[in-house]
Amino acid sequence: MYDGIVQELIDELGRLPGIGPKSAQRIAFHILQTESFDVSRLSSVLVEVREKVKFCEICGNVSEEVTCGICRDPRRDPTFICVVEEAKDVVAIERTREFRGLYHVLGGAISPIDGIGPDDLRIRQLMTRLADGTVMEVIIATDPNLEGEATATYLSRLLKTLEIKVSRLASGLPVGGDLEYADEVTLGRAFEGRRTVS
Amino acid sequence: MPTYRDEGVVLRTHKLGEADRIVTLLTKGHGKVRAVAKGVRRTSSKFGARLEPFMVADIQFYEGRSLDTIQQAETIASYGADIVDDYPRFTAASVMVETADKVTELEGSPQQYLLLVGALRSLSRQEHPTELTLDSYLLRALSLAGWAPTFDSCARCGEVGPHESFVVQLGGMVCVKCAPPGAPHIVPDVVLLLDALVRGEWDAAEAHTQQNWSKASALVSAYTQWHLERTLRSLEHVAK
Repeated sequence: MYDGIVQELIDELGRLPGIGPKSAQRIAFHILQTESFDVSRLSSVLVEVREKVKFCEICGNVSEEVTCGICRDPRRDPTFICVVEEAKDVVAIERTREFRGLYHVLGGAISPIDGIGPDDLRIRQLMTRLADGTVMEVIIATDPNLEGEATATYLSRLLKTLEIKVSRLASGLPVGGDLEYADEVTLGRAFEGRRTVS
Repeated sequence: MPTYRDEGVVLRTHKLGEADRIVTLLTKGHGKVRAVAKGVRRTSSKFGARLEPFMVADIQFYEGRSLDTIQQAETIASYGADIVDDYPRFTAASVMVETADKVTELEGSPQQYLLLVGALRSLSRQEHPTELTLDSYLLRALSLAGWAPTFDSCARCGEVGPHESFVVQLGGMVCVKCAPPGAPHIVPDVVLLLDALVRGEWDAAEAHTQQNWSKASALVSAYTQWHLERTLRSLEHVAK
């Protein structure tokens, strides 16, 4: 235990995800001992991020404005909506430069065991967006784990009533990997989702 | 540090750090085990897919001070894909694993393990209606844990029935003398259905009406939560 404010700093850092007591102590001493470390810059960014960053009213992505940059961009194709779990998934898909449509961030995945049901996600807002008939295809890009698959099943059941094409991201072998090291579940999925080449 | 090997069914997972997971398993020989699976959230993980909920796997553990570490996992049975294809089945399976997690809090047993694997298999193969499979599992899991409901005699004084009142707090059907004021009366058909579910008499259970299934489900939910002394979070999300 350290005296007063030093211990408080370690405790506060330790509350962050992925930071254990040892890491918290190391970061705290880095802040204390490194002269070049600009504490005022860090604290002002932390305050600013809490004040400025909101969630886009349309898609739920993080944004500094009422709507995010992607929803405001007239070059994006409004006939495609890609449904993701978290705002960080939007960044991952944007990195591919493959998708030029819009997004919808659910804010998580259905997980009954954690008490998260469909009503706790932004599914109602998605249905409202789809109501005007602009959207031709909904691409479900939830995580390829059990909760993500369950969310995709729920959404596809819900969207069946609307006459909109619903697709799911393909699952399969990672690029650059060896086939022999693939687990049977992934390999099985790759077989299921195989495509014709000629 | 010693290693051990056991087969287990994955109950749930929690994210840990950058790419790891804490996996809670109900094993055949070691009861409930919480173990770290390193790097399983990376797409390059070799055994991430084998450690998803509802998977049954043969696992090698490395004993740790507080948490064990999973070294290898081989699939024995994969029920997740079939279960997740249907939303009501997924919610029912979620209740099963949450119940298994709570019921084996202090001590697991090979019987609890086999019961859960059997129930998940039955659910994935759609052998019986989803709600009946779930209710049957809940009643049998509680029975194995020592909270078997009584249907043919009074749960309090032992007087031979049939009786009309079902009191979850007293552990089943009770006679007129033992029934507290306002104890709910249930129709004899629902009692027969509950009894068939405990015994696994599927033909008899499936012959009952949908209305009786719903009445039985409500009683089973109340009975389970009372005896586990906690609310099952997944129960309110069960889809019909």
